[in-house]
Amino acid sequence: MKTTQILIAGFGGQGILFAGKFLAYKGLLEDLQVSWLPSYGPEMRGGTANCNVILSDDPVGSPIITAPDVLIAMNLPSLQKYVDTVVPGGQIYVDSTLISEKVSRTDVEVYYIPATQMANDAGVPTLANMVMMGHVLKNNPELTFDGTEATVAKLVPPTKAQLVELNMKALQAGRDYQ
Amino acid sequence: MAERVLMKGNEAIAEAAIRAGCRHYFGYPITPQTEIAAYMAKKMPKIGGVFLQAESEIASINMVYGAAAAGFRVMTSSSSPGISLKSEGLSYIAGSDVPAFVVNVQRGGPGLGGIQPSQSDYFQATKGGGHGDYRMIVLAPASVQEMASLTVKGFNLADKYLMTAMILADGTIGQMMEPITFEDVQVETYDKPWALTGTKMQRKHNIVNSLYLKPDELERKNFERYERYKVVEENEVMYEEYMMEDAEICVVAFGIASRVAKNAVAAARKEGVKAGLIRPITLWPFPKAAVRKAADQVKAFISVELNMGQMIEDIRLAAECTRPVSLCNRTGGMIPDPEQVLAAIKAAQKGVN
Repeated sequence: MKTTQILIAGFGGQGILFAGKFLAYKGLLEDLQVSWLPSYGPEMRGGTANCNVILSDDPVGSPIITAPDVLIAMNLPSLQKYVDTVVPGGQIYVDSTLISEKVSRTDVEVYYIPATQMANDAGVPTLANMVMMGHVLKNNPELTFDGTEATVAKLVPPTKAQLVELNMKALQAGRDYQ
Repeated sequence: MAERVLMKGNEAIAEAAIRAGCRHYFGYPITPQTEIAAYMAKKMPKIGGVFLQAESEIASINMVYGAAAAGFRVMTSSSSPGISLKSEGLSYIAGSDVPAFVVNVQRGGPGLGGIQPSQSDYFQATKGGGHGDYRMIVLAPASVQEMASLTVKGFNLADKYLMTAMILADGTIGQMMEPITFEDVQVETYDKPWALTGTKMQRKHNIVNSLYLKPDELERKNFERYERYKVVEENEVMYEEYMMEDAEICVVAFGIASRVAKNAVAAARKEGVKAGLIRPITLWPFPKAAVRKAADQVKAFISVELNMGQMIEDIRLAAECTRPVSLCNRTGGMIPDPEQVLAAIKAAQKGVN
């Protein structure tokens, strides 16, 4: 019985909620129990945005995450705010294009991914969020990379089908980053 | 099995309402429930329904009153300050004995308060925000699935008992997404011979009205209404029990607070503390019998609420002061974490050992 609590945080506009939706749908398609809880209100308008995603074999209790297993930090304030809340043995993903600071904790796995730079290089500058997601999938075998395209297709309106390909490009870049 | 889809709690209410046969939505936007109006604005014109953004909350509740009097399944939705504005209309609807469905996705108060989740409208919902002797059926969903199922239930109950059914949710349940299916939608339909549908010169005209100037007549109306409320209290109580079989400490919580409390109860059990949870699903009628029965078994109750302690009064009344009832709360848009509830459970256990 496994439960993974994932906290994604960054600026409003970085696709934080979309990245969370991606993970939630990925879990849904793998028959997991899931919950997705966004921050809402004034902090979304140009301030910080965050999103709580829980993937579990069991029904999800509280959807509110206080001690994440996985933290994805897309800006410095988010990293500073949440770094100490991650459980020992947890994972922290850092967009190292935007965050030059290093994590000083030694009891967590830290992954530095220059996601914003990579997204720019891949010609998908707005999809740094999905580059990060690609790397998250790589390190979490319970969320296999299989079925990723079907997940993205669920998220993208049928009228914008070309976005599936662009999202896949970003996800693959993240997955392949060493 | 029907396909599981991810939906926000607010969207689930809107979709379920449409499936329940609601074709009239009147509202006015307010965070954190605006997704309901947005969903209705998108869907209603496509299915021959009415979406109308009124000039105010007061106008929208009176449009609900009018459509309900004409026999339609009708709803409005708002958040705390907006429900205060609608309260006059809710009293008139009660006084006229017409069915209505109302959603309150609560935010912090009083006044304009904040926009983060809250449960501080418990008194307003269960004791009557408007004037006069009246009750509303108050349903408290704790998941996105229940946002949908209790919406359908609410429309059914409103028609069955000719009164308002209210969903009392909060910003968290409204904003969060969870998988949901619509396979269990069971729409009940009721004849409405009292509705204002036009006599076509073939019957005596119906009257929908809340004005009774003769006190004996008004008294009789109130007596009749409370006879109906008594049937609701006897037949429509809903609650969930979790780990109550051998519980010594009983946590009582609804909505989002119950999800936090469930985590805390599970954590307490791991530490050998026999905690259990009663989750009222109907806040009115309140599950008095379940609480009274638990009082014979447990040593203490804890009320977990996102307010300064409102439901705790109903727990005390139901337990008839036979057991101590303590409060574990946050307010103003804050949510207690499981650790706070666990600490309260342990304190209650210690207090009685």
